[in-house]
Order: sequence, then C-alpha cells, then structure tokens
Amino acid sequence: MSNIEADLASLIAPGRVHRRIYTDPAIFELEMQRIFGAAWLYVGHESQIKNPGDYFATRMGRKPVVLVRDAEGTVRVIHNQCAHRGALVVATNNGNAGEFICCYHGWTYHLDGRIKAVPLNHGYPQGFDATDPKMAMLPVPRVKSYRGFVFASEATDGPSLEEWLGPMRTSLDDMIDRAPDGEIEVAGGVFKHSYEGNWKVYFENLCDAAHPLFTHRSSIDAALEQSDDVYSDGAGEIAIRQMRQNAAPYSFWESQVGIWTYPNGHSYLGDYHDDAKLVAALNDAVFRQYIAALERKKGKAEARRILEVRRWNSNIYPNVSLMSQFQQMRVVHPIAVNRTVVHTYTFRLKGAPEQVFRNAISFANVVNGTGSLVLTDDLEIYNRLDMGMSSEGAEWLQIGRGYQSDIPDADGGRRGKNSTSEVYIRNMLDAWLDLMTKRHAPPVRAAS
Amino acid sequence: MAKRAKPKTKPANPSRRAVLVPRHRATHRTAEAFDLARCERFLQHEARLLDEGKFDDWLALFTPDGSYWVPSQPDQDNPRDTVSLIYDDRRLLETRVRRLASPRIYSQEPRSRTSRIISNVSIEDGDNNACTVRSKFLMVEFRREAQRLFAGTALHRLVQVDGLILIASKRVDLLNCDAPLDGIVVPF
Repeated sequence: MSNIEADLASLIAPGRVHRRIYTDPAIFELEMQRIFGAAWLYVGHESQIKNPGDYFATRMGRKPVVLVRDAEGTVRVIHNQCAHRGALVVATNNGNAGEFICCYHGWTYHLDGRIKAVPLNHGYPQGFDATDPKMAMLPVPRVKSYRGFVFASEATDGPSLEEWLGPMRTSLDDMIDRAPDGEIEVAGGVFKHSYEGNWKVYFENLCDAAHPLFTHRSSIDAALEQSDDVYSDGAGEIAIRQMRQNAAPYSFWESQVGIWTYPNGHSYLGDYHDDAKLVAALNDAVFRQYIAALERKKGKAEARRILEVRRWNSNIYPNVSLMSQFQQMRVVHPIAVNRTVVHTYTFRLKGAPEQVFRNAISFANVVNGTGSLVLTDDLEIYNRLDMGMSSEGAEWLQIGRGYQSDIPDADGGRRGKNSTSEVYIRNMLDAWLDLMTKRHAPPVRAAS
Repeated sequence: MAKRAKPKTKPANPSRRAVLVPRHRATHRTAEAFDLARCERFLQHEARLLDEGKFDDWLALFTPDGSYWVPSQPDQDNPRDTVSLIYDDRRLLETRVRRLASPRIYSQEPRSRTSRIISNVSIEDGDNNACTVRSKFLMVEFRREAQRLFAGTALHRLVQVDGLILIASKRVDLLNCDAPLDGIVVPF
C-alpha cells in the first residue's frame, strides 16, 4: 500500500469512521478520480432519448457528458467538451440534434462524438489530423444499458455492469415489472435540490430507518393532527399518509422494516408501509384497476409476485437511488466536498391507469419536493452534518449500530438483524475503500 | 436542536380547526367592487402577514377549498402531471401551516426572516365577485448566515365572500423554479 492508501484505510475502523472522509477536499478530489471516474454510474434512461438525435445533457461526477441516441440508434455517452479549446458544446438540458456544433469556432461533431467538420482547418501544425479518434467529443469508454437504465464507466476495464450491480439488478427489475406493459418512461419533470454538504451523507440517509421518527417530527405531528374532513382535491392524500406513517414507533422501525446490503456498496431498506396506509387500499378503485391491468398482462401469479416485492429505497452505489413502488429515482451529483446537487425523476408505468402516475407525482412532491414538509428537514440535516463534521472537536464518528449482530445473507450480502443497523453505511465504506485504494477481490470487510 | 425544556402542554395551535372566518375583517367590510387599489392593499396585507410569521392568519385568507401552488417548471400546465415545488390543497396547506408552528421544525431552527416587495399589480380578469390578480414579488430570505433572493410572478384568484376578499387559489412562478435549490420552508 502506498502512503495515501494506508492513510485512507486508517480512516475506517470497526464501527467508526473518521470525519475527514466527508470533509477533506483532497479526499474528494481522489473520489472524483477513483470512484466517479471509474465505477459504473447511472447516466439516464433510454426513454429520455427515444429517437435518433435525442440527447440529454448531464454529469458523471463533475464532468459534463451527453447521453445521446446516434443516427444508427445506438446509445452513446460522450464528453460535453470541444476537442479544440475545451468549451462546453451542448448547452441545453435536452433536445434533438443532427450534429453538435461548438459555439466558439464552429467545430462540428457527429452524434457519436466523432469530428465532422473543422472550419479553417489549414494552418495547424503538421500532424494535425481531424480524423484522429482523439479529436472528438470523447466517448466514455464503457456504456451499457440494463433494460433501459443507462450506466457508463470511465474505466476501460473492470467488472461488467451486471457484475457490478449483482443482486441489486432486482430493484431495477422491480421498477419495470410494475408496468403492466413491461415498459417505463421518465415523465413529470425533475426536482433539483442542493445542500452544503458531502454527497455520501445523502446516500447514507436514504437507508436510515432510525431518523424519521425524530427528524421528521414536525411533519408527523402536523399530519397526525390534520382533520380529514376539510376540502381536499386528492393531492394531499398521499403526502399526509406518508407523513403519518413516519410516526411508526421505534419498535416497528427496529423489527418490521429490514435492511439488506450487497457487495459494491449497494443496499436497500425494506418497505415500511402497508397497502392500507400508503400505496392504496385494496378497496381503492385506482389500485384495483391497476392490479387488474397487471394481472391481464402478466397473469395472476406473476402479478402477485410483483406486488409482494416490498422495498423502500434501493441504493445503487455510488450515484443512484430508486424507489420502485412510487417510481422515483434520485441521481446524486457531487459538486464539491461540501456541496451536492440531487436530481430526482419520476417514471410512468406504461399500461397502468393514469392516476397511478399522478399518485407518483404526489408522492414525489412529498418525499423529493424542494418545498416538501419532509425533505426540507433532511436537507437541514445534511447541512448540519457538514457544519458539525468540519469541526475537529470530534474526529471519529460512530457507525457501529448493529455491528455485532449483522447477519450474512445470500449472494454475498449482509443484512441487519435489526432494521436500524448501520450496516448499509459500513457496507458503502467497504466499497469506498475498495475503489479508493483499488483494492481488489477477495474483498476484505474492514468495516463490517 | 438546542436542548430545551419540554413544554408541559402542547403549544396552542389554532390551525387545528378548519378556519372559515378570516381575521382581516376590519379592513374590508362591505362588498365593494374589486379595483386595483383594493387588490394591492390585500396583497400587501398578505405579504405582511407572511413576513411577520403570522401563518395562521395567512391560512385564514384562503377559502375552505383554496389551493397554493409553486410549479417546478416555467409555464407548467397543471400540478397533476408534473412535480411541483409545492402543491397544497386545503388539507395539505393546513398541515403545512401547522408544521410551521412546531417547536421541532428543524429546518426553521433558526427561523428565517423574510422581506418582500409586491409590485406591478394588475387585474387580469374578473367581475365583482371574483378576479385574477397578477403581481411581481421580490422576497429576501435570511437564515443562519446566508441570504437568498427569490423573485417571480404571483397569480391570485380572489373571491369576495360577505364583503371580504379571500384567496381561492395562489400560483407562484419562481424565476428560478428549475434551479437546484436548498429547502423552501417559508411560503412565498
């Protein structure tokens, strides 16, 4: 191990982590190279680029990239950077184009990033060759779609996407399976929220079953006290059910939810709702229609199997988290060691009643909305974590809950005996250390 | 959360009941026609309630089926098919306002201070009973150590009930509605 690798390894101890991994700018820079510059990252969904020429501009880590369907229909991810002077080429979030043209000197690119035309191409030194593959909006080396979810990796080799996802594929499957027609599409706009804190704390919070009862107390109390007899156009229904469900007692959070983790940092929290409380009671007309549509297309047994998959947030390390029951997807964009932006998307289940999609929109508003009664308290936590962790007052942070009681699970996984085990944090830090120190198999479980 | 003694009794929470009787009775007693000056006075009254943190009084300005909407996209058609920064029917709006009074609303610890300017008021359409009022606003929010600036357009659907102006719906189009934003807690 080099000095830096020994240093990084020294920041993680059994049940503890040093605050520097959340606050040290040098470590963040290394994360951009070794995690966001190497691992498989979720980039976007094929439904965002249905036709040749459709593009969606996004970021991989801090790097601007373009997800595009080229003239032949192939899905590409290329760096959004002109080969000439380095300017950003695609300046709009999405659209359709026949070619990409840099606004500076008019260098023009094919949709797959290859150069098409260079104005004034005389006068360059000998050896200048506009057909050189390096003269391009450079392609990201590996691009792979898993059933429409497009991932890309800056590493030319390494585990395949399917190997990387491992058993967490089933969470992506679950999102698609829930569509009676077996197809989903991004729809309903995007939320973008930002906070002054490290990207890792966002991921950690998504599987944290111990915080809602405390952090979300103000919305829990307000929702519990809310009269159901006042006028509603239906929009507030799911929001209020969700806030009330956060009032489940600690005994419930401990024993009824479940937390599962898998190699490469992935994890999911079990669902903490029952149908009567959140999704839709069986006597709900829309839900009945939805089940009927699912049964018609997939058969009763398969419909039943699908509806019995009960997961809350599924974190696919290091940059995407999804919630299949309400078709939510959150993509994490680290901006700086202490600044993070998260984009959240909703999917439409094709073949489901339109009201199912509208329910997903209502759900998005309460869990992912910038003005949500719930998320705003989470954002406050992320900001306060950074304000606190930046202090040298306490160097070591505790991530040990459940440390001695976690249970090995199938497929190399590990789950908490209690649902409030912090096994998902330890599991992410294992993956973090693997990537940061390029430590390879067999994985050494330093933290769990 | 600063440690504080647990209150022995629950804080009074007037928004618990459905508020049907507005509290600005004194200002508008008779069924006058909607004119620009009266609408401006109403919007300034609303802005002052919000700046002063009198959220229960603000809630009382809404009709029993009133709604409050902050779209996430410019020119957003409706709140059903696209996500919204805020879309509250009456029931959720009551919950929002009740939460603002909670001693455990951590995203308001410390509390925000706001200062708003309402201007460029125009009556878009309407009659003696109801009208749509368009206005521009600037709101500065100060919290902890930072100040944020919000600007945009508000569309109020105002109605007269027993000579009082009430808000049937309020739509707030933020200039930067599709920007990455930290949490929005104090209503616009």
